[in-house]
Amino acid sequence: MTTTLALIALLDGISYASLLFLVAVGLTLIFGVLGVLNVAHGSLYAIGAYMAATLGGWLTAQGYNPWLTFPALMAAAILTGVVVGGLMERFLLRQIYEKDPTLQLLITFAVFMVLENVQRMVWGVQPYFMSEPLRALGNIELLGIRYTAYQIVFLPVMAILTMVGLRYFLRHTLAGAKIVAVTEDREAATSIGIDARKVYFVTFVIGACLAAMGGALATPTTSVLPGMGANMIVLSFAVAATAGLGNIEGALLAALLIGVARSFAVYIMPETEVLMPYLIMVLILLWRPMGLFGAVQARKI
Amino acid sequence: MQRLILAALLIALFTLPFTFASSVTIATLIFAKALAVLGIFVLLQAGQVSFGHGMFFAAGAYAAAYFGVVWRAPDLLVLTVAVIAISGVSGLIIGLFVSRYRLIFFSMLNLAFSMVLFALLEKLFHYTGGTDGMRIRRPSLMGYTFSRSDFDMAMFYYALILMVLCTGLVWLYLRSPLGQALKAVKVNETRLEYIGLSANHTLLVAYVFSAVLAGLGGLAFGLVQGLATPDLTFWTRSGEFVFIAVLGGIGSVFGVFAGTAVYEIVRFYAAALLDDSWQLILGITLIAVILTVPSGLIGLPARLRAAFGGARTNGKDKA
Repeated sequence: MTTTLALIALLDGISYASLLFLVAVGLTLIFGVLGVLNVAHGSLYAIGAYMAATLGGWLTAQGYNPWLTFPALMAAAILTGVVVGGLMERFLLRQIYEKDPTLQLLITFAVFMVLENVQRMVWGVQPYFMSEPLRALGNIELLGIRYTAYQIVFLPVMAILTMVGLRYFLRHTLAGAKIVAVTEDREAATSIGIDARKVYFVTFVIGACLAAMGGALATPTTSVLPGMGANMIVLSFAVAATAGLGNIEGALLAALLIGVARSFAVYIMPETEVLMPYLIMVLILLWRPMGLFGAVQARKI
Repeated sequence: MQRLILAALLIALFTLPFTFASSVTIATLIFAKALAVLGIFVLLQAGQVSFGHGMFFAAGAYAAAYFGVVWRAPDLLVLTVAVIAISGVSGLIIGLFVSRYRLIFFSMLNLAFSMVLFALLEKLFHYTGGTDGMRIRRPSLMGYTFSRSDFDMAMFYYALILMVLCTGLVWLYLRSPLGQALKAVKVNETRLEYIGLSANHTLLVAYVFSAVLAGLGGLAFGLVQGLATPDLTFWTRSGEFVFIAVLGGIGSVFGVFAGTAVYEIVRFYAAALLDDSWQLILGITLIAVILTVPSGLIGLPARLRAAFGGARTNGKDKA
């Protein structure tokens, strides 16, 4: 493996890790606050991607400026997160917070089945492409390698912005403080007048938007296909579990670790590409059963 | 009374080829799937859901395919023993890892393992035939080679006997101290540890057992289909097993059979009409069952009696 190839693998890994982080951080945020692992998170990712492809494709077909596809990506993500995520929390999850964790898992799994099917009914099975944002940003040269600016500048910047924004939101704003309070102790938070239901709703919608954003931002770099949601849910779970479920900062590191390892596997041993993320997860969990940054707690997970 | 019903049911099942000859194949598939669902059912006793038992199902089918390649016409009984060993050992290896976890981690780690197997089966097409899968040769039985129609009948009885034996084993297992300990994993692990039993080991035993059940189901399923394909370990397959187990109800082993039969029959007749929206319907039904009839199909009569008869009947813990 030459240095150039290693560098390309590294860049691939970073761009992939950025997307992985966006989805995984949504999953981990929802788990941290609501205590529910949303299996349908992968579907939100896939629907976000389909929405972005549809909206972006429509804009391009109408002959609008390709730069407009950037706001279209954001719009698709927010629309998906608010509508699908909002409806899901409001009408389904709200009924099951008090139930057995097994049942919660089964319910989100059922939603996943439903959404996968709805996706297929709406968008069919043919792949969708939308490469305008990729072309609009062009290429940049880095140590003698030409790489798309979208993947190597835009995506990591978005991931870091999300990370910093989320940190700021949770630690320095009132709404964030409420979320943290409910996570720490729901009863105490309710007793001082915080509406826990609203906090759950807002958190879930934010998490859903992050998943959809991961999907929307992935659209220019890959073709949108059925099945991408199923792959993403296990991958983002692998990231969240490696970091320690509920840990936001750790998710960035875990995403980088898994993303880079995966892209190196692509260049060195392509057959092991799919194994890599899980191999890392299993090894880390064997070493630290609660993940890299997971706090040891009485058996809950 | 219950024994009479059970005996009547068994007689009806064993004479099915003579009463409803056309239903032999679908009945065989029902028995095969019921075996895998039985595996999920065992784990549900401990309150754990596996979203990845398709991997053992696939292991059973692929094992049959490989032995067919190596031995031409392997003996059915040898094949059975081999599959028990293979799925048992793979269940032990994966179980050693996943039995340290509960609930979310348990479910998702199983899902992850099955997705890895799916991806490998698709990728390593030199060994596995990729997406097209592998043909499974028709096995022989103690030197006897089957013709096409003989084989269907033989498979029917093979799957039926296997299912009856396994259902009996699960029933005995759940009544044994080990099975009682398994239920305690769900209720209160700390107490279990206080009486000197390891919760992880209890779950591991159940996991290996459930892996063998799923493996045998996969073997029977593969033999009937004559084909082993990667989608045997796709998440939809594992999801289906969980769905059927919950639909049937986790209170009784007989729920497994009832759930599988209802599921497969509905699917058999509705699939042609609803092929596009099959999963949609499954998902919605699953949500409805969980929210309205948590005890499943098997608990339905008791619930109805309670609702209409006024008398409170105890529908749970009949297994």
